[in-house]
Amino acid sequence: MPRIVVDVMPKPEILDPQGKAIAGALPRLGFTGFAEVRQGKRFELTVEGDVTEEVLDHARNAAATLLSNPVIEDVTRVAVIEDAQ
Amino acid sequence: MTIETPLIGHSAAEVVDESLSGVRVGVVTFPGTLDDRDALRAVRIAGGTGVQLWHGDHDLKDVDAVIIPGGFSYGDYLRAGAISRFAPLMEQITAAASGGSLPVLGICNGFQVLTEAHLLPGSMVKNNHLHFLCKDQRLLVENSSTAWTSSYGEGSEIVVPLKNQDGQFVADERTLDELEGEGRVVFRYVGGNPNGSRRDIAGITNEHGNVVGLMPHPEHAVEPGFGPDSSAFGEVEVRGGVDGLGIFTSVLQKLVNK
Repeated sequence: MPRIVVDVMPKPEILDPQGKAIAGALPRLGFTGFAEVRQGKRFELTVEGDVTEEVLDHARNAAATLLSNPVIEDVTRVAVIEDAQ
Repeated sequence: MTIETPLIGHSAAEVVDESLSGVRVGVVTFPGTLDDRDALRAVRIAGGTGVQLWHGDHDLKDVDAVIIPGGFSYGDYLRAGAISRFAPLMEQITAAASGGSLPVLGICNGFQVLTEAHLLPGSMVKNNHLHFLCKDQRLLVENSSTAWTSSYGEGSEIVVPLKNQDGQFVADERTLDELEGEGRVVFRYVGGNPNGSRRDIAGITNEHGNVVGLMPHPEHAVEPGFGPDSSAFGEVEVRGGVDGLGIFTSVLQKLVNK
């Protein structure tokens, strides 16, 4: 079944405490060379049937109202992915 | 002779004012709410009548005010308050509160629900130190003209517990300036910022002053024997801090005198 992927990231001007903690842990484990880490969320919405324009619209609306909070987050992607089989 | 020992949680506190008992204050329970009983108890100790409200109902049961208590509604999944905001009862609360009539108080998770519901601006993100923090916190009451703070003198300080992980209040600079300019910062942290909140903000109100949200917990500082070990109003006995009681008497008195 096709899936719609929604990516949500903290806004650039919002300090991302989780990303900061991960950035602190990386060099301790020897993973050097990374200037910054930001942690976001990925949602996968599995679609019943075909991905019509209407379904995509629902996904976009859900992304803007429920899946993200525009005060602190940006929706960076709403896209269809097919199962690679 | 039998000596009656008070049960733990048995109310030993004197009811403040009998005339307030006709005021009905609803306390909303969501799945994962923790402090609903404490909020109901605080209403009762302040002299009012607490009314249990269920998030899935469509009925506000004729309450005169609403408290959205603390906890982890829906496990804080997605974002704190994000799913609760769409509960059936929230529609009724939003409709009644946004015009300025129904007094609504959001404590901790309840504050998060109110921001998600757009009844209050800004949002909460993880504490800047990433730890769950539980401590007695001193606050400055900057606005004593809201429905929930009129018992305090302007510029009073209070000590109430603070306990959360997602307590860092954030908003863009324009919103922060607006809040400050309109006197809508109700509570500010005193003695150091515990979580990175912008401009030390611990609680805010809407333009009408009927909706107030704060991260610390006044309902845990209402009864001698069960409160913080300190008070901003002077020396108290161990667990004798009751600085939070004024929040609840404020709204009861306002509703009685309306």
